[in-house]
Amino acid sequence: MTKPKVVLFDYGSGNLRSAFRALERAGGDVQLTSDLDAARRADGLVVPGVGAYAACMEGVLKSGVDAVIRERVAADAPVLGICVGEQVLFAEGIEHGVETAGVGVLEGRVELLDAPRIPHMGWNTVRADAGMRLFAGIGPEERFYFVHSYAAKAKPAGSLVAVCEHGEPFIAAVERGALAATQFHPEKSGDAGYALLTNWIRGLS
Amino acid sequence: MTVAVRVIPCLDVDAGRVVKGVNFENLRDAGDPVELAAAYDAAGADELTFLDVTASSDDRGTMMDVVARTAEQVFIPLTVGGGVRTPDDVDRLLRAGADKVGVNTAAIARPEVIAEIADRFGNQVLVLSADVASGAETDSGWEVTTHGGRRRTGIDAVEWCARAAGLGAGEILLNSIDADGTKAGFDLPLIAAVRAAVDVPLIASGGAGAAAHFPPAVAAGADAVLAASIFHFGDVAIGEVKQELKAAGHPVR
Repeated sequence: MTKPKVVLFDYGSGNLRSAFRALERAGGDVQLTSDLDAARRADGLVVPGVGAYAACMEGVLKSGVDAVIRERVAADAPVLGICVGEQVLFAEGIEHGVETAGVGVLEGRVELLDAPRIPHMGWNTVRADAGMRLFAGIGPEERFYFVHSYAAKAKPAGSLVAVCEHGEPFIAAVERGALAATQFHPEKSGDAGYALLTNWIRGLS
Repeated sequence: MTVAVRVIPCLDVDAGRVVKGVNFENLRDAGDPVELAAAYDAAGADELTFLDVTASSDDRGTMMDVVARTAEQVFIPLTVGGGVRTPDDVDRLLRAGADKVGVNTAAIARPEVIAEIADRFGNQVLVLSADVASGAETDSGWEVTTHGGRRRTGIDAVEWCARAAGLGAGEILLNSIDADGTKAGFDLPLIAAVRAAVDVPLIASGGAGAAAHFPPAVAAGADAVLAASIFHFGDVAIGEVKQELKAAGHPVR
């Protein structure tokens, strides 16, 4: 059986070594590239991201991957956003009072969490809607690694979501057709993250 | 749905080798940071910290290789501290595969470096590491030190932590020089004083000698607990610490 081709898109955002290896370990034939054609053709496209929303969106726009994400979503081709790579899929992000337009394939905005301790840093549980493919076989007691101060708080129409709570409920993961995204870092979430990435890779073929 | 208390082993790495000795069973090479990192991951560590105690720049290159190999094999967060002075140092470590970077002396010498790093990479990558001693003529009675406590700075430790968080540090690694090495327990008043002054996550370090020492540190306000020798020498296992924390009503992974 050939491994599904996964493009981990490189638009200059942070540490991609773990994500690359974690996707490989989960069964993907992974390519780290900023080539848009490769991103178009891949069985699965992973959009990573750390740091500030505005800086990530700048990288996304500069690379041109925003158009590829929209094409893929329109064609129901698999896309997985991780952390700020999840956040930029939403319509907009607000950081330090500055509003930045996102790629916009998910409705809603990303805002500061209202919590006594910011950033939300560490391992937390999530409550996933029934039928989410990402969480198949993963129990509610499993924890995932989060590190963020901002999050989407409303469930996008027509989607399934996993909800986490830190000060208030927020969207920890979302799935709509072939579009999937996680606020947490599956590549840093040990065995639970491995199980989730394996679920995603299996769904590609 | 509460974030778990993180238990973090810390490894001192010099020229690509773990120093201060580690006494673990079933390791091929107890001096290899990558193999140890994998062993701690398997033992349930929630995060790992490497402290680069290397002096020479050649050995810094070796450290990058260690970080890269660890990030490729161990799928939990990795913090690297030691010798980080500029945003470019942070960039190199993040590219090598670190998730977070610890800054200590450089921030004391030039606090603006905290904002420079946070602005470029986000505050979640920046762990402000503070070595704190008591007996100081500061408002709080605690003082920030450098060189492992040998050099005093005259800076109030509690104010410093609050200032660093304000400048963009996403987390504080609070190490008590008084408690460090005593194995008599964490410095609880210090943890409580810093907790009251900052909203960012707080990692308590220094003084752990038994599993029972960990829950009071969390009760005093720590979000995470870090230790080195008691884990390395097998005095206390990560799992035992988690059991104690859980028994005290704190969430663990």
